[in-house]
Amino acid sequence: MVAASLSTPTAAAGAAPGGWIAALLAEASGGADALAASRERAAQALAQTPLPSRRDEAWRFTDLAPLTALTPTLLSPAAAAQPPVADGSLRLVLDGQSDPLAGITLPAGLEPISGDELDATLGQVLAATGSAALWPVLLNGATARAVLALRVRGTVATTLELVSDAGDGEGILPLRLLLVLEPGASVEVLQVHRSSGANLTSLVLEARLGEGAELRHGLLAPGAETGCLLATVAVEQATGSRYSGVSAHGGWALGRLEPRLVQREGAAHSALKALQLADGRQISDTHSQMVFAGPDGRLEQLHKAVADGQGRSVFNGAVQVPRLAQRTDAAQLSRNLLLSDRARIDTKPELEIVADDVRCAHGATVSRLQQDELFYLQSRGIAADQAARLLLRGFCEEVLQALPAAAVAWQPLVSLLGKEGR
Amino acid sequence: MIRPDAPVLLEIRDLTARVEDQPILKGVSLTIRAGEIHAVMGRNGSGKSTLSKVLAGHPAYTVTGGSVHYRGEDLLGLEPELRARAGLFLGFQYPVEIPGVSNLEFLRVATNARRAGKGEEELDTFAFEDLVRERLLVVQMDPAFLERSVNEGFSGGEKKRNEILQMALLEPLVAVLDETDSGLDIDALRIVAGGVNHLAGPDNATLLITHYQRLLDVITPDYVHVMAAGRILRTGGKELALELEERGYDWVDAELAALERTPAEVG
Repeated sequence: MVAASLSTPTAAAGAAPGGWIAALLAEASGGADALAASRERAAQALAQTPLPSRRDEAWRFTDLAPLTALTPTLLSPAAAAQPPVADGSLRLVLDGQSDPLAGITLPAGLEPISGDELDATLGQVLAATGSAALWPVLLNGATARAVLALRVRGTVATTLELVSDAGDGEGILPLRLLLVLEPGASVEVLQVHRSSGANLTSLVLEARLGEGAELRHGLLAPGAETGCLLATVAVEQATGSRYSGVSAHGGWALGRLEPRLVQREGAAHSALKALQLADGRQISDTHSQMVFAGPDGRLEQLHKAVADGQGRSVFNGAVQVPRLAQRTDAAQLSRNLLLSDRARIDTKPELEIVADDVRCAHGATVSRLQQDELFYLQSRGIAADQAARLLLRGFCEEVLQALPAAAVAWQPLVSLLGKEGR
Repeated sequence: MIRPDAPVLLEIRDLTARVEDQPILKGVSLTIRAGEIHAVMGRNGSGKSTLSKVLAGHPAYTVTGGSVHYRGEDLLGLEPELRARAGLFLGFQYPVEIPGVSNLEFLRVATNARRAGKGEEELDTFAFEDLVRERLLVVQMDPAFLERSVNEGFSGGEKKRNEILQMALLEPLVAVLDETDSGLDIDALRIVAGGVNHLAGPDNATLLITHYQRLLDVITPDYVHVMAAGRILRTGGKELALELEERGYDWVDAELAALERTPAEVG
């Protein structure tokens, strides 16, 4: 998408931001770690790729200004306070540098991937989902120094918590993750990414699901007024596999999530449930892409957004059903709550359907709080402002309750809504 | 129970109201004393549901004239939530589904708002659980419904039971029940009506809005009012409801037509 853009950057767009990239690349170059070679390749590609601009369709509504306002350096986050680990969870803390597995005994069914195998596997799911040339992926590739790569066999009863906190430091925190689920494997993964300062959390997750494998995946990302989040979640599914992704992000100056799924031979089940919030002058963006590369695939997608203040919410939901993807059953629903006259919501389903024997439903609603719902609560003695808060929480809870149970410790509602969530 | 010396709870005088530009209520007067059960009957479009919504303060309706006093105080100047806290309850014809808001939490917040209105202490979650489990018995409702979102996916009968459960928790002084019988099978109707009878007492009053006699077979009204074209056309005892059942509403139309031919006699 971005890399394919043929537009020449204008002097105005090219000068300062180009310098920003150059400064960042100078910071990130060198090193002899496992990712050094691929980092060098990504850096070259990034240097030749213009910064996404509002003239690129995929970035039409999403201004990168909050990102290029950040200091172009690599961030070393300090250790941050965390809630206690829930029973049945294994928490791995990601700081972009040290090995999160150091001193950890992995539960049965989980093992690290390294060496030649890692070299051979890393990037494959990005390629399979057409994500390799995305600007946020290049940025991550050009800066990440560590990767957490795990293989999953059989049913893993432990919930894997992968967490980061960029803290209040300045700079970029690149996080790279790879999960390979062997056929029939099953695991639950909860990611929590937080920030409290002027920094970027750059996340790239690749997940490959073998035949009949199941990944229950949650991503909770409450941000900071000056912080940025660019997250790409690439998932490649074999037949009979199930991917269920539940995400919630908000509070970032710029928060953008790109779930990119491919059902390699169709006949798999994908579910996406998302909530994004934009208040103040924040931008919350989701660009999802689902590709059915074979018949009999299923998708259930619910995307919810709340825009308040002068916040801006962007949703683009691409679904590709080529001719060979007969009997695809896909449903996408975008539900949006507009709480302020100065907030803005852009929502766009993007269905490309070539196959003729398919069911593809989509719908989008944008509304204020429903007067009938407000009145019902008021008629029970609940004051208008409290009623509005209950309804807002209810709107969010529909998604948040679908997060892995381990998310409760992170107080999703309060972390995203602040005092409104109490 | 009619006691002429019982305190007046609700006093409606010449009430007129419109929705958008459409006048719906054209001069309704009604006095309700403690202990009484009133039924307002009428065809669809007669204004009976509008009356209930105006009393509860629905923002879509505009009062254009007349007055409503609740226990001697002006009701119409109060926000809907203050009316509820003071003890006015509207049972909805179509209870609203609120996804994501737990029924239990909703009931607790509402109950505590009403308790604050009565000058009572708020109940904590444990004390409230005890109360709600006791009140569930009034409507024979499965506790599982407490864990679900407010009315979401409830059947028609379950929604109406949930309304009466709210009434049981809020202990209103005036309960306005709008078409509480609609969409109920005979068993659900008995349970809901049983709940209403159980809650009716000498100190409170009930205003039933209904289309059919069948609700009045199980809840005996002290007064029956027939509404048409935005006003109360006739008031009688429970036998008036039986007469309506027997003769239908055609005579109401005839009476109304006669009235409209001689507008000077109205009011």
